[in-house]
Order: sequence, then structure tokens, then C-alpha cells
Amino acid sequence: MVRTYFLLLWTWTRAAAAYPASFALMTLLGFVTAGIDVAVILIVFANTTTLAGFSREEVLFLYGAASLSFTICDTFVSNIDRISQHIKAGTLDTFLIRPVGAWIQLTADRFNANRVGRIIQSALVLGYAIAALDLDWRRAWMIPVMVVTGVVIFAALWTFGGAMQFVLTDAPEVANAFTYGTQQLSQYPFSIYARDLVKGVTYVLPLAFINWQPGLYALSRDDPFGTPEFMRFLGPAAALVLALLAALAWRQGIRHYRSTGS
Amino acid sequence: MIELDRVGRSFKVKRNVVHAVQDLSFTVSAGEFVGYLGPNGAGKSTTIKMLCGILTPTSGKVRVAGLDPSRRRTALARRIGVVFGQRTTLWWDLPLTDSFQLIRHLYRVDRASFRTRLDELAETLDLGGFLRTPVRQLSLGQRMRGDLAAALLHAPEVLVLDEPTIGLDVVSKAGIRAFLRRVNTEQGTTVLLTTHDLGDIERLCRRVMVIDHGRLGFDGTLDDLMATAPGRSSLEDVVTHLYTGTTS
Amino acid sequence: MHNSMLSQRHPCAGTDTACHRVLTPWRCKTIPLYALLVRYGFRKHATYVGAALAGAFTNSVFGILRAYILIALWQARPGLAGYDVADAVTFCFITQAFIGPMQLFGGGLGIPERIRSGDIALDLVRPASLQLWTLAEDLGRGAYLFLVRGIPPMLIGAALFGIVFPTGPGRWLTFLAGFAIALVISFGWRYLVALSVCWLLDDRGVAVLSMVLTTFFSGMMLPLHIFPGWLGDLAKALPWAAMVQLPTDLYLGKAPVLDTLAFQAFWAVVLLGLGTLGTRAIRHKVVIQGG
Repeated sequence: MVRTYFLLLWTWTRAAAAYPASFALMTLLGFVTAGIDVAVILIVFANTTTLAGFSREEVLFLYGAASLSFTICDTFVSNIDRISQHIKAGTLDTFLIRPVGAWIQLTADRFNANRVGRIIQSALVLGYAIAALDLDWRRAWMIPVMVVTGVVIFAALWTFGGAMQFVLTDAPEVANAFTYGTQQLSQYPFSIYARDLVKGVTYVLPLAFINWQPGLYALSRDDPFGTPEFMRFLGPAAALVLALLAALAWRQGIRHYRSTGS
Repeated sequence: MIELDRVGRSFKVKRNVVHAVQDLSFTVSAGEFVGYLGPNGAGKSTTIKMLCGILTPTSGKVRVAGLDPSRRRTALARRIGVVFGQRTTLWWDLPLTDSFQLIRHLYRVDRASFRTRLDELAETLDLGGFLRTPVRQLSLGQRMRGDLAAALLHAPEVLVLDEPTIGLDVVSKAGIRAFLRRVNTEQGTTVLLTTHDLGDIERLCRRVMVIDHGRLGFDGTLDDLMATAPGRSSLEDVVTHLYTGTTS
Repeated sequence: MHNSMLSQRHPCAGTDTACHRVLTPWRCKTIPLYALLVRYGFRKHATYVGAALAGAFTNSVFGILRAYILIALWQARPGLAGYDVADAVTFCFITQAFIGPMQLFGGGLGIPERIRSGDIALDLVRPASLQLWTLAEDLGRGAYLFLVRGIPPMLIGAALFGIVFPTGPGRWLTFLAGFAIALVISFGWRYLVALSVCWLLDDRGVAVLSMVLTTFFSGMMLPLHIFPGWLGDLAKALPWAAMVQLPTDLYLGKAPVLDTLAFQAFWAVVLLGLGTLGTRAIRHKVVIQGG
């Protein structure tokens, strides 16, 4: 299954490599698009030195980590949110006659290797922030854990978004509110949000574990909302639970499609 | 090879229940070449989808190559080949040869067998000239030949075709018919062919099934079919009579 | 009907003037045609209710998230750029409301697909201006999306955060005028981007570039007033500012009315003018050369 996935990716990459100028242009534009969010943060901090108690480098750290998780998922998983186009065109059937799961095929469908540019951009921002901050090196292990947890959570969100489109075939944009919305949410420290919202994204939909809770640990900071220390480490568990729920939702979606037709 | 036992499929369309297929039963043995006819909306595509596992039946049993398509979809996928006339199963933006390579890996065909089969298919279907062309730039006839090759690369036991000759010119049709006949006689592949083109039926099928309003109206040989309307000499007349006659 | 639109002292007012004879049939045929197109544009998009509501939902979610950023910033710097926190929050939801009608993330015109399929040739041989035709349909679309995709985020912002409302009908009118011109400006820009597809092999690049410029320089992300130094000065001179920042400032009563409307009108004229040139160029390429 993994081999099939990478084979599909490789085939798409090779096809894109036949147009190197276009590829280079799109990679550059990916860089620029991702750069807007950084520019916004920089402009905010051109007007203030702290935002809700966090410095510019701390915000860039949180942004970088979340963005790295997001762009990795955006590159390797996000194509699944085009499923409503396939349902409407009838091409989902083409995926279902293959001896491979639909999820793998859809996430690899029309893989855009040029999105790697955005991954690099996020890594650079994260790298800069880590270098500029004086982090406790004994806590640095949390950073890769954080990024991987984030990838799993975003992958789960995209899978939910795909499953949603089996039912909301005419309104696929709703899924964007969850995937891109979560990215927007994670770009800034949660201390800017209202307490109820933060509770919701910690206990109901565990988005706080993408970068906020583990990030507090890496930054050696206390939670302004006063959550206990052990919660900093719940990321992987939360991600796992969310992933399982997403897998169930996806299976349900496919089952729904196969029992109602298109 | 293909068994349907009292299969039914209903859809809920805005508070009405539409029975696309009702109480459908037939058996196709290995190596047969069966034509599947019916007016538009009769339930042909619905039957095909249920055979492939794309759609689950609301009642009854379906078995293809001994497997239940709704439960063993991926296992079955290795043993059947499907051609949709109106949609391609190839990757639209990629060159034809890339689609074939992907299929080789998806279906886990070993390199040697793949090479032999591809060379054979490329020769019989005359694909050489456009193997490197992206599928979206192919003409309809070329794309159809590509789809046929793609469906057969993994040497399936059953081949299901949903209107494969639609929109093709006379010469292309003849070529595809000859090819299908060879596949059936030389490889022993069981073929189920859905078509509106009665020429396909006449030249290829010994057995014909006619479906109308979701029910099987006729199941027998071509001669038996002609006998249902004595006095009408062409297959077209006979089938027209059958369609209009069985309107409920 | 036609005479009432002209003042008594206008040279074309009399029914026996040559001017009147020329203008009347033009006006008789043209204005009803374009009014019809606006209605058609409205009705066509009214069939996609699900998609519009989904858009309203997404815009509202982002509005809420952005509002918190602005609140945090304005709490750190009260009175920044002459706004207070309520102004900033209002700014956020109004700009979110603009996304649907002005298609700030691009698109909304069918022209790129028609260029790629070649159908654009059919559009170009019509005895009507492609630009005006497309503009009329786009205004219809904009009106519909303003209702279904624009109003919900504003209501949600009002309910959750409390937003500022214009003081008096005068302010409402100037805002609506600014909004209307902004719609035309956004059309003008998107039209030029759409036409460019005819000369470019890969149109994705220009679409992304347009989106980047529009979202960043329109004020959608942050009010342009807080852009530092030369960046802020540059941003305020560009057409995108006239699309989003300026009408919102008119709403908030933070911009000089006549200067702002004039600046907006300037950009509208410039972009439509370039659009006319572009249409001529595309007609030459497609119809005469057969490109």
C-alpha cells in the first residue's frame, strides 16, 4: 500500500518534470503564497512588541511548527478534498475498480511536487525561530514530536473533510473551514482567543495539540489558561484518537457512496 | 463466473422509490460471451456497477468469480477488467504508457508477464503510435483501445464492458469487435458486453439478455431472440418489438 | 422613459435632435439588455445555494479567527491607526463579507475556461461588448453573493463580538456607493487576469499571483493603515486598496468621502479602459487570427 502510494507520487512528479519552467514557477509561487502569512505576522509585530504575552520569535516558532505540519499534509494528503469533483464527474468509480483503497488513490491523485516549496518555507521559518529563541535543549525533543503529531491531526482533518463530501457533495467548501481554518487558528498563540474557544479546541476537537500545548512545553512557558503540565504530552494520544475517528468516518463515507450510488 | 440471485436495487429519489433493478437472476459461465441489452434507464449500468462492487445491491446475492463484490471489492478487482465507454479508466493527464505502468504496479503484475502482455496488446490494438501521448490528447478511438488494453493487462478472468463502441467509426468498431472475439476465444475470458449497437451483438454474442424496467425480459441465444418476433427479419426490428412490447 | 433620464438643458433632451435619434435606440436596446444580464447573473448563481452557504460558513469561521488577532493587536496598541477595537473587529467582518461578492480569492468569471476550450470565439462575435456583458453578469453574481455569503459573516460578527454600524443614512449611502464601485474594480482586475489566459500557456501562475496581490494589498489580511512605512504608502495607492480597504473605511466613517470615491472611480475607469484594450486584443487574436 505504501509502495503504491509512492509509486503514484513518482508518476505524477515525472509527468510534471516534463514542464520544468512551469514547475519552477509554481514552486516559487508556493513560496510566495506561504510568505503572506509570515508577512502578516511581521506587520503585526511592526506595530507591537508582544501579542497576548508572546514575542515575535515565539509566534514565529508556533507558526513555523504548525505550518510545517500543515504543508506536509497539504502536499501528501490534501488532494483528498477534491473528492466531490470526482463524485460529480463519476470518476470516483474509476478509483473503486482498482485493487487499492480509495483513500490512497485520492490522496495521491494529481500530486503536486511543487508544494514541497511550501514545506521548505515553513521549515526555514521554524529554523529561524528556533535559532533566534534561547530554547531549553533538553526540551527540544518535543519539536519533532509536535510536527509529527500535527501531521497526523491535519491528515485526520482532511480525511474528515473528504468523508463530509460524500454527503455535502455540493458544498465542499465546508471542509476548508476545518482544514485551512485549523491552520489559521494555529498560526497564533492561543492566548489571543477566548477561553471557551480554547476549551473547545482542546477537549472537543483536539487542535490545541498541533502546536499550542506541546509548544508551551518547548518554549518553557506556563499555560495562560492554567491547564496542568501533563497535558503538554497528550498530543500523540489525541492525534491517534482523532485518526481512528477519521478512518471510521471515511469508511462510513465510502459505504454511503456504494449504497446510494451517485 | 457471474451469478445474480434475485438481485434488487432501489433508489430514493425525492420521496419516491425507484426500482432500478428488481428480482434479477442470471448465471454466466466461464468463457461465455454474453450481450446485455436494454433501453435507456433499464438498469444495465446499475447491474454493471453491482458486479464491480461500486454499488451494493439492496436485496439478493451477487457473486463474481466466486466473490461478493460488495465485501471483497479489492480482491475481486484483481480478477475483473472493466471498460466504461463514456468515461476513461486511464489517468487523464498522463501519457498512456504511464497509465499502463501504474496498472502494472497497482495490480502487481510481474515484469515479465507484463512485458509480454503489453507487447501483445499493443500489437493487436495498434497502440504503438500513441503510447507516449497524454490520454487527454487521444482521439476517441485511440482512447477506447487504450482503455481495453488497460482492462486486460492483468489477465482478468472476467471482462465487463459498458458501451465500448459508442461514438466510434465503422472501422474502429470492427477492430474492437475482432479484438474482443479473440480475447474470448483465445484467452477464455468471460465477457459481459452492454451495448446499444446491435451490430456488436450480432457479430459477437451467442447469448443475449434483455433487461427492461429493471427486470430480465429475455435470456437465451440469438436465434431464440429472433424467434420471439416471427415475421420480423432484422435484429433491430426484433429488439424494438421487445422493448416496446415489454413496456409495462 | 428615455427623456426623463436627461436634464431639461441637455442638448439631447429634445426628441427632434440628432443626438437623441442616435442615443435613443442605443439606450433602448442596451440598458434593458444589460439589466437582463444582471438579473440572469443573479439567478444563475442563485441555483448554487449550497455552495454559497458553505462559503458563508467558511468566511464566518475565518472572520472569527481573524477578529481575535486584531483584538489582541489593538489591546496591545489601543487607538492604532485611528481605529478602536470595535472598529478593528468591524473591519474584519466587513472584509470577510466582501470575499464572496468580489471573489477576492479569484475566479467568478467563466472566461478562462472558455478561452481554453475555444468557446470564447462565440462570445466575441456577439454584437455586444464582451466586457460589459461579463460585467453585467458579474454584478448579478455579486449581488446574490453579497446577500447569501456577505450578510451572514456580518451578522455572526455582530452577534459574537458586536460590530459598529454606520451612523445615519448618509454614511450607508456613501458605503454602498463605495461598495458598488469596488465591485466594478474587482471585476476590472479579474477580467484582465482572465483575458491574460489567452496569451499564457499555464494560467495557474497568474491566478496564484493575482490571489496573492489581492489578498495582501487589499487590506483583507490587515488594515493597510498599519502597514509600515513605504509599504503602507504603496499599498494605499494600488487598485486593491480601492476594492476592500476604502469601502470599509467609508463604512467606518474614517475616510474623506469625495476623495475616496474619486480615487475608486479613477481605478475603475483605468481598469475598464485596460479591459477594453484587452478585449480588442483578444478579439484580434481569436477571431481574426484564429488563435
